[in-house]
Amino acid sequence: MAVVEITKNNFEAEVLKSQIPVLVDFWAVWCGPCMMQGPVVDALAEEVSTVKFAKVNVDEEMELAQQFRVMNIPTLLVFEGGKVTKTQIGFADKEHLKSLLGV
Amino acid sequence: MYDVIIVGAGPAGLSAALYTSRANVKTLVIGKDGGALERVEKIENYFGVAAPISGCELLEQSRSQVQSFGAEIVEDEVLGISWTGTFRVTGIKGEYQGRTVILATGASRAKAKLFGLTEHEGKGVSYCAVCDAFFYRGKTVAVLGHGEYAAHELAQLLPVVGQAVLCTNGKEPEIDVPEGVSVETAGISAVTGDEVVEAIEFADGRQISVSGVFVALGSAGAVELARKVGAQVEGNKIVTDEKMATNVPGLYAAGDCVGGLLQISTAVGEGAQAAMSAIAFTRRNRA
Repeated sequence: MAVVEITKNNFEAEVLKSQIPVLVDFWAVWCGPCMMQGPVVDALAEEVSTVKFAKVNVDEEMELAQQFRVMNIPTLLVFEGGKVTKTQIGFADKEHLKSLLGV
Repeated sequence: MYDVIIVGAGPAGLSAALYTSRANVKTLVIGKDGGALERVEKIENYFGVAAPISGCELLEQSRSQVQSFGAEIVEDEVLGISWTGTFRVTGIKGEYQGRTVILATGASRAKAKLFGLTEHEGKGVSYCAVCDAFFYRGKTVAVLGHGEYAAHELAQLLPVVGQAVLCTNGKEPEIDVPEGVSVETAGISAVTGDEVVEAIEFADGRQISVSGVFVALGSAGAVELARKVGAQVEGNKIVTDEKMATNVPGLYAAGDCVGGLLQISTAVGEGAQAAMSAIAFTRRNRA
């Protein structure tokens, strides 16, 4: 599945009201570790169909970052049933993310 | 442009340099000092060296050996590393460009353990100013530290944050404190806040309100440098595979910073393996 670009306009529909768990990657282009994290999330999205994968560019969507108290990037939040159920701060490899998601 | 930049001039770093320079791979070793080994008075358990030798002597011999094969050694303290296909290593004295980097700065054996620091990681405590300054636009932040590394982190923060306080935790600042930065030299007793960081408390009972705490105590160790470039870190260790490769292409780590047995022999072995990986990477990408 392709990774969904999240803005405040589609956040509710794509993340909060999603029928399946959503992993949201908060990132920015100027963050070295985020540039390492991106391809890992992309690869996982190709592999795992039971989870939706999404990205929030914090430069463009500061409000969303503030709403979820994102203070370091990369931060990966897992949403289930409209709530944050898991948090990963800092780079995580594929295996680590798989165990976080239980897939 | 160097083929390999080795950060750290202890046994892991110098062993790596031995292999890379002999393989005709352009090598730079950046070291602040000889690390933990420099303080060892007598070594009696190193393979083939029967007469007791001091850490300093062993390091001196290794440095000469490495230089005889053409590796450059510079005395500098590394403050940051960034990666955009190749590596840019920022030191106090200069900037260095490399195709690959081997982190071999050892492990910090006595890092200040401040109450509340670990608990607030990701909730206002950061180890990477360049990554996280953005979230503190117009806010008050503290930088913990007193040396060049703290100055480097301050320089990243000042254009963005509202106010910065340098908290030296009982030490005298060793840097020219930038204009507008206030300094607190009192010992720190805790970083506090219910959900997110709210204040720093000092041993003398005072406290200051801050929204963020950037940790830059002492010099930047391998783990801090690894975090900045996006390498995976677990606790105080850098995660590598059996070839000493991190998840960042061209970035390797060896010696005490990857954990395991903290011995010269293992550091030397890991240094050699990291070197082999860096040599292979360089040859693949140089052509």
